[in-house]
Amino acid sequence: MTKMNRRGFLASSAGLVIGLSLPIAARAQSGAAAALSGGATGDASFAPNAFVRVAPDDTVTVMIKHIEFGQGPYTGLSTLVAEEMDADWSQMRAEAAPANNALYKNLAFGLQGTGGSTAMANSYMQMRKAGAAARAMLVAAAAADWGVDASEITVSKGVVRHGDKTASFGALANAAAQLTPPEDPPVKTADQFVLIGTDLPKLDTAAKTNGTATFTMDLYRDGMQTVTVAHPPNFGGTVASFDAAEALKLPGVSAVQQIPQGIAVYAASTYAAIKGRNALRIDWDDSNAETRSSDEIYAAFSEIAAEGGKDAELIGNGATGIDGAAQIIEAEFRFPYLAHAPMEPLDGVIELREDGVEVWMGSQFPALDLPAVAGVLGLDASAVTVNVMLAGGSFGRRAQDTAHFAAELAEVAKAGGPGTYKLVWTREDDLAGGYYRPLTVHRMRAGLAEDGTLLGWEDVIANQSIMAGGPMAQMMQDGMDPTAYEGATKMPYDLRHARIGWAQVDSPVSVLWWRSVGHSHTGYATEVFLDMVLEAQGKDPVQGRLELMKPEAGRDRAALEKVAQMAGWDGTKVRDGKGYGVALHESFETYVAQIAEVEDRGGMPHVTRVWCAVDCGVAVNPNVIRAQMEGGIGFGIGSVLFDEITLAPGGTVMQSNFDTYRMLRIHEMPDVMVEIIASDADPTGVGEPGLPPIGPAIANAWRALSGTNVTTLPFAKAGV
Amino acid sequence: MARFELNGKEVTVDVPDDTPLLWVLRDELKMTGTKFGCGVAQCGACTVMLDGMTRRSCVTPIGTIDGSSVTTIEGIDGPEAQAVQAAWENLDVPQCGWCQSGQVMSATALLLEIPKPSDEDIDNAMAGNICRCATYVRIRKAIHDAADTLEG
Repeated sequence: MTKMNRRGFLASSAGLVIGLSLPIAARAQSGAAAALSGGATGDASFAPNAFVRVAPDDTVTVMIKHIEFGQGPYTGLSTLVAEEMDADWSQMRAEAAPANNALYKNLAFGLQGTGGSTAMANSYMQMRKAGAAARAMLVAAAAADWGVDASEITVSKGVVRHGDKTASFGALANAAAQLTPPEDPPVKTADQFVLIGTDLPKLDTAAKTNGTATFTMDLYRDGMQTVTVAHPPNFGGTVASFDAAEALKLPGVSAVQQIPQGIAVYAASTYAAIKGRNALRIDWDDSNAETRSSDEIYAAFSEIAAEGGKDAELIGNGATGIDGAAQIIEAEFRFPYLAHAPMEPLDGVIELREDGVEVWMGSQFPALDLPAVAGVLGLDASAVTVNVMLAGGSFGRRAQDTAHFAAELAEVAKAGGPGTYKLVWTREDDLAGGYYRPLTVHRMRAGLAEDGTLLGWEDVIANQSIMAGGPMAQMMQDGMDPTAYEGATKMPYDLRHARIGWAQVDSPVSVLWWRSVGHSHTGYATEVFLDMVLEAQGKDPVQGRLELMKPEAGRDRAALEKVAQMAGWDGTKVRDGKGYGVALHESFETYVAQIAEVEDRGGMPHVTRVWCAVDCGVAVNPNVIRAQMEGGIGFGIGSVLFDEITLAPGGTVMQSNFDTYRMLRIHEMPDVMVEIIASDADPTGVGEPGLPPIGPAIANAWRALSGTNVTTLPFAKAGV
Repeated sequence: MARFELNGKEVTVDVPDDTPLLWVLRDELKMTGTKFGCGVAQCGACTVMLDGMTRRSCVTPIGTIDGSSVTTIEGIDGPEAQAVQAAWENLDVPQCGWCQSGQVMSATALLLEIPKPSDEDIDNAMAGNICRCATYVRIRKAIHDAADTLEG
């Protein structure tokens, strides 16, 4: 991810400093998240830029350009604005920004979208400047009204003050709205922070506790029909023929239409749409479909990995020293396809009207979803409005570079004609519907000299590319997709001689970013294999890593030292029937080290405690950071212990619901102790980086406890 | 035609008898706090109270509950529910939020049954509610906190 410099920020946020006053229209479009703002923004009288709205009732609403599906941008980005405005936290509200690429682009991507744990990193200066501009204008309005110098005015907890004169933001809003926004308002220095760094309560908690938070599936519009789509059971399959007669006899089913994605059933209710789909008879054409089983795919990928792939990274003499080494350590790691399984399955509402098209969905890449809808319907993008809704989780599933769901939604409307449609994917659609974490093979080798010196390290990775074939293919350089092997390269350790290879393999099975993307497998492969090497060298897992650390890897080192201290690490890997394992992995410029404590329950590891040290730069909201570490750890435990999407012989997905795709449950969740390393570096993300170290920490603990080295995931499959 | 009591009010709906209560609540009555997660009683997002007991509304045909009393997240009240929701807010339990109505329903039912639950009681009562965001550490603590509040 590119680092944003101050200059780059100012250039790209030019929209802000010329004082946009869009909002009335934008507000009307901004969908359900308005529930969280209490509707107050309807009366906003002061909108100094695309992000800040001040209403006469003193509420400050922040338009959030990143989708909220649990990682906390509503709270985090509002904190930045509140900090620079010197607002009181109780007056802050958050609302989803609508799709508008000119105003709301992710400064790390150049287009409106959320992902790569960039929400805080790319917004940090932008949102603070937005708040600072609003504050400066409110102060200038007060100065003019009171006939005093602006520099003598103070602001604290939402109160503007000079001597015994005070005014609230709302009272100054109308006057401030007449002023020209400052071009480059100064922001605070870290020592002036009042709100940043504190555990402010999250803005979306209440609505998510009492059932009033409105998600896409909760929308009901007049005359709306609910639609399900029968998708091909095999990836790459197509409809050969279908018979809808039985479906159309069912009460509530109004129409059945073929669309490019499959057969769409239109009904008066969700249940009727589900029953109607069950009653369809469809013959599928699998002539271009993936018909191999997972075992066959693994075997093919393994063979391809053995050929070495292309160089992703070459250090020193590469792998050449391994063959003649006194001791050679080898392992092949196998990682299955994984579904994201967000609790709210994919869904969307589309309204085809004479005056244009309006869409409501948990759009993670509005910049791609909007043109996809326009493209299917043959409309200009200006005729399409996309309202970004709260979403029930994503973990990458809604970050669709191909905009496949938005396109399917538009096809449903196109085939249905003018009207309103809610497209609902069931859990079965979600789990069997592809867009998985890529199935991946790592072939790893290391050579040691007689005295234990590491002579070479090789990691050859074979998997499908997420970027190839989509609009992001243009970002690939020399045919390389770094998201396929990120984390296996640029390790914090001085390996001296290493070769990282990547072999791109193709399959009709669709793949997508899954929480921490490449790091979800590279973290496991590298940190388990390194533990094996350290074991062969007779070294302690913590001390051995520290000795191997590059001098410049100070933040990695500090995270590892911190977690060792937290857990009281003394080199004991097994104590009182419990195993202990360590892992360290940086992803998205956030440094995380974890130690897992496991016990043996019926031949499977049960994780009892996890210690976690994280360095994500300035900790804007420590409570949100802890929550994301807890969540990333739980998500990671479930995936390494239980989860895999497998293709049966013939190519059909074997998992259909949570009875066969097993989620971590409360009795399997360990205690989690999180410490955040103090830092004045610009903040980085926390949504993904908590995940990569937990798998290898468990595996290393389990190997110490049981003697079994798990290289094929999940543990449950490995016959552990 | 099915008649039942919903959050203290009599309601009548005209839908096929096999229609799950979940879709009656959502599609017919627009009570959207109860969520769809799996449709096969595996995740608990659709948990409601039926005559005082937790029930997965996604597998409860409307024809089987005639004359029963249904309570949803929109209608829960009383000291246990209030203590649970206050603890949820205090600890900022929710992340994405989709499963939390079901979690709150199950937690409230637990405290109605066992005022001072042990960790094992919590495991038994809450294991049917999946949270994909894995907010489990906070769910556990919030239930203990709510129990402490009720104890006064």
